[in-house]
Amino acid sequence: MKLVTKFIVLALMLTVLFGANLQAQRRVELLGAGASFPAPLMTAMADEYRDITNRRVTINYQSIGSGGGIRQFSEQTIMFGMTEAFLSDEVMRNIERNTGGKAFNLPITLADVVVTYNIPNIEKGLIFDGPLLADIFLGKITRWNDRRISALNPGVRLPRLPLQVVHRSDGSGTTNLWTSYLSKVSKEWETNVGFATSVNWPTGVGANGNEGVAGIVASTPGAIGYNSFSYALLNDMSYGYLKNSSDNIIPPSFDATSAAANIELPEDTRILFTDTPNPIGYPAAGFAWMLCYENMEQNNSINSKQQAEELIRFIIWAINEGQQLSEQLGYAKLPTAAVERSNAMIRQMKWRGEPIGRNILDNE
Amino acid sequence: MEQNYTKEHATKELLTKNRSILYRSFGDRLFSYSVFGLGITVILCTVLMALVLYGDGAEAIKKFGFFGFLTGRVWDPGITMEFGAYPFILGTLITSLAALAISFIPAISVAIFTAEYSPRWLSSIIDNLVNLIAAVPSVIIGLWGIFIFAPWMRDTFYTHIYMWFLDHYPTMLPIVGNPIGYGMTTAILILAMMIIPYTTVITVDAVKKVPKEQREAAYALGATKWEVIRMAVLPYARGGILAGVMLSFGRAIGETMAVAMLIGNRNNLPFSILGPASTMPSVIVNEFREAVENIHLSSIIAVGFYLFIISLIVNLIAAYIQRKFSLTGARTI
Repeated sequence: MKLVTKFIVLALMLTVLFGANLQAQRRVELLGAGASFPAPLMTAMADEYRDITNRRVTINYQSIGSGGGIRQFSEQTIMFGMTEAFLSDEVMRNIERNTGGKAFNLPITLADVVVTYNIPNIEKGLIFDGPLLADIFLGKITRWNDRRISALNPGVRLPRLPLQVVHRSDGSGTTNLWTSYLSKVSKEWETNVGFATSVNWPTGVGANGNEGVAGIVASTPGAIGYNSFSYALLNDMSYGYLKNSSDNIIPPSFDATSAAANIELPEDTRILFTDTPNPIGYPAAGFAWMLCYENMEQNNSINSKQQAEELIRFIIWAINEGQQLSEQLGYAKLPTAAVERSNAMIRQMKWRGEPIGRNILDNE
Repeated sequence: MEQNYTKEHATKELLTKNRSILYRSFGDRLFSYSVFGLGITVILCTVLMALVLYGDGAEAIKKFGFFGFLTGRVWDPGITMEFGAYPFILGTLITSLAALAISFIPAISVAIFTAEYSPRWLSSIIDNLVNLIAAVPSVIIGLWGIFIFAPWMRDTFYTHIYMWFLDHYPTMLPIVGNPIGYGMTTAILILAMMIIPYTTVITVDAVKKVPKEQREAAYALGATKWEVIRMAVLPYARGGILAGVMLSFGRAIGETMAVAMLIGNRNNLPFSILGPASTMPSVIVNEFREAVENIHLSSIIAVGFYLFIISLIVNLIAAYIQRKFSLTGARTI
């Protein structure tokens, strides 16, 4: 009897010890860094994914900005990067030369920008089109009762108020998206200002962050600025509707943003689809991308095949089930077109030549 | 007397000729090494900081030239990728100097009042409140500026000033600028408010340190209180006052968050009085995080390098002025 008890205790202890040991060995921390816009979504996904995997896989995401994300990804100090501006051809070439494989830009979520304004007694829903907005942000239209604004908004009594342009002063993906939209709809904007995370603004005052632009717009009658859609929603700001390339008036919504990306995408998804050809798509929307290497063993921060596999599993989860978290946090869901492209890229991911991406997609 | 002399002599000899005797015990040596080491660390940190700033900014400095970058007027991260720091240097100098000029008289007056006129309980209240201004984080001041100060200034002053010029001197409007409220003047006023404590606190100390005999002598000559302050106290304290002013100036040059939130961040010349402008710290804090292109990032760090040099020059001038103008007991006024 005594011996049996001893044996059972011993066996239990061994199981616990061995089990814990196994668990500890398989515990994985995925290290990523980059854009600040998708950071709240990443945090929520990280929490959810840790629960799903019984605290086995944790994701450590540092929101250091798109530029920092691309730089650290190239220097291989992180397992995945995150950016609101896709990798340039030059960076893609450098990576292909250094690692013998491609760098993948995997769409992870969608960003959208709305035009926000402050006109006494006028709520949301003023209608703008691309050329008009470009001319406003070029400083060519100076009063709210301008003929071109009233032409788009018949029946709205617009005041003779000076139009005050407010833009982001800090570099941001929102600015990248907004200026890319203005570049697509106006030749003059494209040649004189261009698009980037920060540009040489021809007019207006600059404010720091979404909250800075919102603050100035809210306290300045006659102000017009741009904010991310979720920020405008949460803060109850007046925002405008945009006329897209098919001449449909699109009120900003998560569905319209997803629709904007549901188009014929290039294989590497490196596309700015602002001014989308989709007739029901919202024209000022764009991807945020996750960055990964094709030959994952070449990334110095990934030490084992197991880590690479866990990273792939997390990416697959994030672009499928993980998207359920999007709308409650103010992000639009990825459309099927983007998920398909991502799957095709995941299939090509390898560990020392072994197609682990394809294996995981096909077997699990 | 003679015994005294020999004792002093012996000490002196010990200190000058046989220094090693001072560091005989282990504790002495340990202490002197660690103090030496920490002192050197500060120097090393400063030198390394300058080196890193130069190293990371070298790409931009090389591309545009040391003086080319300094005088370049274009800052275009969108199309031409051309960068020049001149607008920011100009913005920094204008805002800091103007803030200094505006804050000087009020700051000195508060200091004289608390040090010379007010009863003790009142001066301790004022001192604490002045210190409190310095303790408020600049981002809080910036928020207050965005939501309260700037809209109030716009409605109370800027719009009327703009309208007056519109009616009387419409040609001056490009100089007056956009009365939106977020611009150079607002930033200067907020900066002036933020640097007052630095001048005031140091001036109070300097005024309190003026020897009693100095005042008594002036009173004995029949001077009134105002004359005592003007002729005996202020000249004696001017070294300290100047030190406070230079400290404030250094603070104004480096102030980042409140300025970035209120100045309107216009990156190209010409600036106007009410309209938006920008400074060296504001462009760094604005564009550093999301600078994707290498030359853009390098230019931002180069701006930091020039800011470092300007601060260094200001500090050197401050040290020189202070040495030249401070009065020691031996000198006459």
